[in-house]
Amino acid sequence: MDFDILIGIFPQVLLDGIILGFMYALIALGYTMVYGVLEFINFAHSEIFIIGAFVGVEILLSFKSAGWLDVLPWALVLLLVLVAGMAVSGVAAVVIERTAYRPLRHAPRLIPLISAIGVSFFLQDAIRLFESLWRNSFNLVYPTMDVLNHRFELTETIDISVKSLVVIVAALLMLWGLHSLVNRTKVGKAMRAVAEDQGAASLMGINVNRMISLTFLIGGAMGGGAGVLFGVQYSLINPYTGFIPGLKAFTAAVLGGIGNIPGAMLGGLVLGLLEAFAASYLSLLTGGAFGAEYKDIFAFSILILILIFRPKGLLGEIVRERA
Amino acid sequence: MITRCLERPALATALVVVALIVTTWGVTWSPRSIVIFMLFQGSILLLYFARIPGLVKAALTAITLGVLMPYLGTINAYYMEIAIQVGIFVALALGLNIVVGLAGLLDLGYVAFFAVGAYSWAIFGSPQANLIFGGSHFPLGPWWFFVFLFVGVAVAAIAGILLGLPVLRLHGDYLALVTLGFGEVIRVLANNLDKPINITNGPKGITPINRPPIFFAPVLQWLGLDSNPNVVYPLYLYAIVLLIVGATVLANRRLEDSHIGRAWEAIREDQTAAQAMGIPLVRMKLLAFACGASFAGTVGVLFSAKQIFINPESFTFMESIGVLAMIILGGMGSIPGAILGAAVVTILNLQILKGLSLWLNELRNAGIVIFGYSLANLPTQLEPAKYERMVFGLILVLMMIFRPQGILPAKRRRRELGEGS
Repeated sequence: MDFDILIGIFPQVLLDGIILGFMYALIALGYTMVYGVLEFINFAHSEIFIIGAFVGVEILLSFKSAGWLDVLPWALVLLLVLVAGMAVSGVAAVVIERTAYRPLRHAPRLIPLISAIGVSFFLQDAIRLFESLWRNSFNLVYPTMDVLNHRFELTETIDISVKSLVVIVAALLMLWGLHSLVNRTKVGKAMRAVAEDQGAASLMGINVNRMISLTFLIGGAMGGGAGVLFGVQYSLINPYTGFIPGLKAFTAAVLGGIGNIPGAMLGGLVLGLLEAFAASYLSLLTGGAFGAEYKDIFAFSILILILIFRPKGLLGEIVRERA
Repeated sequence: MITRCLERPALATALVVVALIVTTWGVTWSPRSIVIFMLFQGSILLLYFARIPGLVKAALTAITLGVLMPYLGTINAYYMEIAIQVGIFVALALGLNIVVGLAGLLDLGYVAFFAVGAYSWAIFGSPQANLIFGGSHFPLGPWWFFVFLFVGVAVAAIAGILLGLPVLRLHGDYLALVTLGFGEVIRVLANNLDKPINITNGPKGITPINRPPIFFAPVLQWLGLDSNPNVVYPLYLYAIVLLIVGATVLANRRLEDSHIGRAWEAIREDQTAAQAMGIPLVRMKLLAFACGASFAGTVGVLFSAKQIFINPESFTFMESIGVLAMIILGGMGSIPGAILGAAVVTILNLQILKGLSLWLNELRNAGIVIFGYSLANLPTQLEPAKYERMVFGLILVLMMIFRPQGILPAKRRRRELGEGS
């Protein structure tokens, strides 16, 4: 085992881990916000995430065929795509809540979960159906923009591409925006009140249903934004791509303490870093016996271990024992 | 009028017999028509609902499943394949029904136990085991298949207990997520355990897997029947599936009314109350996991022998949800419901969606024009057979919203599937 290699790749792995971590953090917010309000795992959130990615790729592809991609300033294009992805995903989340979850709000706990799994499966194939009819292909590649692929060399061994920088900046802005919205505005206060106690909140004149819709809208928008960034960063998407990142983001939410917004951000970062390190170091440390393909197992094992030994997560928000 | 006929035993019997005869004749008349085969399946359903004296009903069922179905299978081999698949999924659904329906533990990684059973026979019933243990003692002879039907039960039950032990403290949706993770872990392991020691041969899968022996070949020859394996195996596997399904149904019915089954239902309805009444929660939940898993294990052994080839692709999360959709469609905790759900979903996937695909392809190739749109321009990626997930998803959502108790709800009607309100 070459110690120099282990040290040498460290900064690059750290960087990859941070990017991945921000991605997970953005998706995890959707899970955690919904769980905070309804105590329910929105299984379809991984598809809300991938809807954002598909909206992004559709806009970029149509811009490309219209020849606008090289004319318009790239930052404007990216901003437009990001906002569109967030808007569509947010609205999709609200529509899903209206149709598939709201009728089941007072049903036993497993009923809405099963419904959410159904929505998730339905959406995967619905996206596939749409893209098959529209483009006759559902494995889509994000069109590249030359500016985004430019790499800055930080040192001889470490470099960072523009798109990674864009992802980090965008993620930070979105997280900051959400944080101020929830903690500094009246609407955010109302949302927190609903999460705390729906009955009392409604007695205080808060429209609970509207706040729940708003929670889905914001959580969905974060997921959709993450979808666009995911596409920009990793290029290749298909309707089933969202499932594994979704599951991992849920792991991140649980890791940070589900229902807890800063927890989701922290959990996402921790999970992203752990996964990046596992992917790079596992095969080096075991002499090639266990490779990067075990990184998924790694994430699921964390989920299982956390749920068993510390279900309240790292930041330890009180999660009431629910039967 | 038909419902009134079904109420009167004599009329009902006559109606069912006529329906069965006509549809069987229909299939021989047009072996490739899916519609006629579906009418045949419809008559089986009619047989179930008709109010016919018990003995007559049992005899008719035996004749239908034991004689008519195999006969149709010799006319169109694909129908036999469908029947075998239905049987496999019925057994899986009945197993999951114990865990989810009776004990109320939502298991989203059920296919893992199926995989464990399948791989146990695949490894030892093929030369694969030589790579693990060295030498050339393997594959085990075809007779071992019957031993492995029980080995599959044991291995899957152990896997069930191993999963159950750590997760028992979890409730409801957390339990669901952990079982999901467990299922994925098993699949990833199967996908990657081709190194450092080659156990599962990774994504390439294992083949050839031994099939059960045709020990009755001399009898066939003596009877002057065709003993060509290609003809015999489908019927033979069908017979084994029928036996397994029969045993599963029997075990389910006995369990349901035993003190174990009652304990499970008590746990599902109210865990705390059940514990207060002296039900050992840990042991009962472990038992539910082990029982449910064992059915999947034995079916897995059969599945690997039927396919001759298995790889991790057969054991995805989608399969777990598929089985869940079956019992939710039929009615959680209900044995007839699980059977009906499994049959409907499997037929929908294998027969109707596939039929739609073929039909669409024919239309496309013929270049028929509808409303000025030439069907030859239909996108080639549009393949109805690939939309299983949409089917599962729609079943889950629609059933949860409109009929959470399922098509054939369990007799002892439960207020809910999960824990206390």
